[in-house]
Amino acid sequence: MALVLSEDQQLLKDSAKNFCEQSAPVSVLRSLRDSGDKDGFSRDVWNQMVELGWAGMAVPEAYGGFDFGYGGLGVVLEETGKTLVSSPLIATVLLSATAINELGSEEQKQEFLPRIVAGELLFSLAIDEHTTHAPSRIETTAVKSDSGYVLDGKKTFVLDAHVADKLIVVARTSGSRDSENGISLFIVDAKSEGVNISRTSMVDCRNAGNIEFNKVQLSELALLGSCDEAFAGLNKTLDIARIGIAAEMLGSIQQVFDLILDFLKQREQFGVLIGSFQGLQHRAATMYSEIELCKSSVRAALSALDNQESSESEIAELASIAKSKLSEVFFLVSNEGVQMHGGIGMTDEFDIGFYIKRARVAQQFLGDSVFHRDRYATLNGF
Amino acid sequence: MQDIENFQSSTRAWLEENCPVSMRTAMVQEEVVWGGRNAEFQNPDSEIWLERMAEKGWTCPTWPAEYGGGGLSKEEAIVLSRELARINARPAITSFGISMLGPVLLEYGSHEQKAEHIPKIIRGEIRWCQGYSEPGSGSDLASLKTKAELFGDTYTLNGSKVWTSYADKADWIFCLVRTDFEVPKHAGISFILFDMASEGVSTKPIQLISGQSPFCETFFDDVKVPAANLVGRLNDGWTIAKRLLQHERTMISSFGLASGQSDRGGTTSTVASVEGAAMHYRGDTEKLSDPVLRDQIAQFKIDSAAFASTSQRSIEESKQGQGPNATSSMLKNYGCELNKRRYELLLQAMGSQSLGWEGEGFEADELQVTREWLRSKANSIEGGTSEVQLNVIAKRVLGLPDILSMSKK
Repeated sequence: MALVLSEDQQLLKDSAKNFCEQSAPVSVLRSLRDSGDKDGFSRDVWNQMVELGWAGMAVPEAYGGFDFGYGGLGVVLEETGKTLVSSPLIATVLLSATAINELGSEEQKQEFLPRIVAGELLFSLAIDEHTTHAPSRIETTAVKSDSGYVLDGKKTFVLDAHVADKLIVVARTSGSRDSENGISLFIVDAKSEGVNISRTSMVDCRNAGNIEFNKVQLSELALLGSCDEAFAGLNKTLDIARIGIAAEMLGSIQQVFDLILDFLKQREQFGVLIGSFQGLQHRAATMYSEIELCKSSVRAALSALDNQESSESEIAELASIAKSKLSEVFFLVSNEGVQMHGGIGMTDEFDIGFYIKRARVAQQFLGDSVFHRDRYATLNGF
Repeated sequence: MQDIENFQSSTRAWLEENCPVSMRTAMVQEEVVWGGRNAEFQNPDSEIWLERMAEKGWTCPTWPAEYGGGGLSKEEAIVLSRELARINARPAITSFGISMLGPVLLEYGSHEQKAEHIPKIIRGEIRWCQGYSEPGSGSDLASLKTKAELFGDTYTLNGSKVWTSYADKADWIFCLVRTDFEVPKHAGISFILFDMASEGVSTKPIQLISGQSPFCETFFDDVKVPAANLVGRLNDGWTIAKRLLQHERTMISSFGLASGQSDRGGTTSTVASVEGAAMHYRGDTEKLSDPVLRDQIAQFKIDSAAFASTSQRSIEESKQGQGPNATSSMLKNYGCELNKRRYELLLQAMGSQSLGWEGEGFEADELQVTREWLRSKANSIEGGTSEVQLNVIAKRVLGLPDILSMSKK
């Protein structure tokens, strides 16, 4: 297991860091928010990210990608997490390209992946139906018809819903509400009749939305993966995305911690730097230790994804370790970030508020700490 | 690449032939080999195993062959440790000479000192103890007062040490002594080695809350030590002392947890793992019925797994670097706190069966858990308290300012 970056990954990381600092700093997100931008992300920045090859980082060469592995996508996500880049990288690349790659037929991969890599199509994955993540709790139905399927139901917390060209929808084709059997995935044109998308304004200023499907007619060809039996592939897709989100959180956590350290080294009270107070030093040292564990969890999980020999259950376990650990530590570090900055931490003018807001959304997305501890316990037979 | 593959296959073959079958089972406490003049081998195979490993220098795989070490590269040493783990081989020896003194002696000792002591450490012929803490010098170690005065070419030592692990069983001691009382505390300390059989050395075991006595008080009354036994430069012992502490912290952090084992290990009983114990004592079969305990155990195991990856990563990183550094404080602190969490969870898992002291009504391994739980409380005190480790991280890793130097301004 490679827990340190390869030379190529380090070069990619350096260039991604450079790009994010120069072209996509937090001020970009701030101005998207302040201007009430209709897209919720900068198309200009996204086009440059596509130019850099980020949309095809983990996509196989056969489908126009760069075959740089999830380790490569992971370091890019880590850097975008540092400056809180709002872009289709999560919904289109990490979630949807992965779903197509894991579940799609050869024709579907040929049709969609090269266009994702080229930045021509935006995708979104619609799974959650309740306020907490529960991947098999699916009540949206796809009922077999003469010409294909008819889709009915509601989805919530769908990233990039209102800008997506295509939606990958998790629906039930048979079985009861919580059953892992009877789950199928469909690729749905966002402009289809009966699809009603409403953008939700989220605390982290990133794109999300609710979707209603009302008797949406789908052809047979819309099916992604096998009918009734898509849960395993969906789960693998979600695990890859959970690890990717953990990598993004790792970047954000490190950035907040850097802000904290800078502040402790320059803020004076009682005639001394506040960083000399043991009460703050020990909390900083504790955060440092937790962040070291975060780095290792993310690297271990990413390297397992790129290792052909990893089993699905190993990946599932590493994904739950990473997502629960990073969610917990992002909670800790974002709270300490505000507290240690005192009054300035509460001001909108200072960037730290963007991070505590992002922290809560990232924690919830694809399962919070409690969800993943429960899953880890189940995976380990207790 | 070819070389390393050859090394792997020859190592595997050698171990297959030379590691006795009984040495490929989980270690039991009574059979741990400490070596020394009065070495005890409860299991005769462990003597054979030690001899064979020592012959190859593989008790100290990366130490120079010149002094009897294995002379392996780091890559080869990693292969060796994997191959040992593959057959579940027991450590041939547990030794403070190997985990603490040896590395600093190789770094700071004279050729004569290395030639004298290193081969005996590798072969387990001399058992070492550590003379650091004193009755008045705990976390503030540098305030130590044991005095060494030079008369001719001999030092005379007077003073006492405390918390000396196994001083009553050790052959030699590596010891911090004050050689200058006129200078700031860090600048008057020297690092010296001497035989525990010297006249004027006495020890007294300390009984702990666990009922065991792994530590001693150690007294020096006009002990004569040749000046040649001083390691490094006179009054520069603090540098060596700190370096040795990094090795000690690395050793302590690895107790059972760095290998990825969140289990107690060493046993196949019902109390081997926390979750196994929790289910056993509740009669659960498929899922642990106490949801709060289940969540806490999952969190503990997740932290243990993340910690194991971190230990592994620090080994991979040190391939390029210089061995342990200030991050050893992080590993020490986190590993010890995890170990304490493990025992608290185990107590919760076992309920009243974890609270027996001795006698009827309890299995032997249940009674052992009670003692181990109490023993674990020392983890975050020995080798520098958790609070001291956090100080070291804040200062040396994070570069935060020192309150003491600021207030003196």
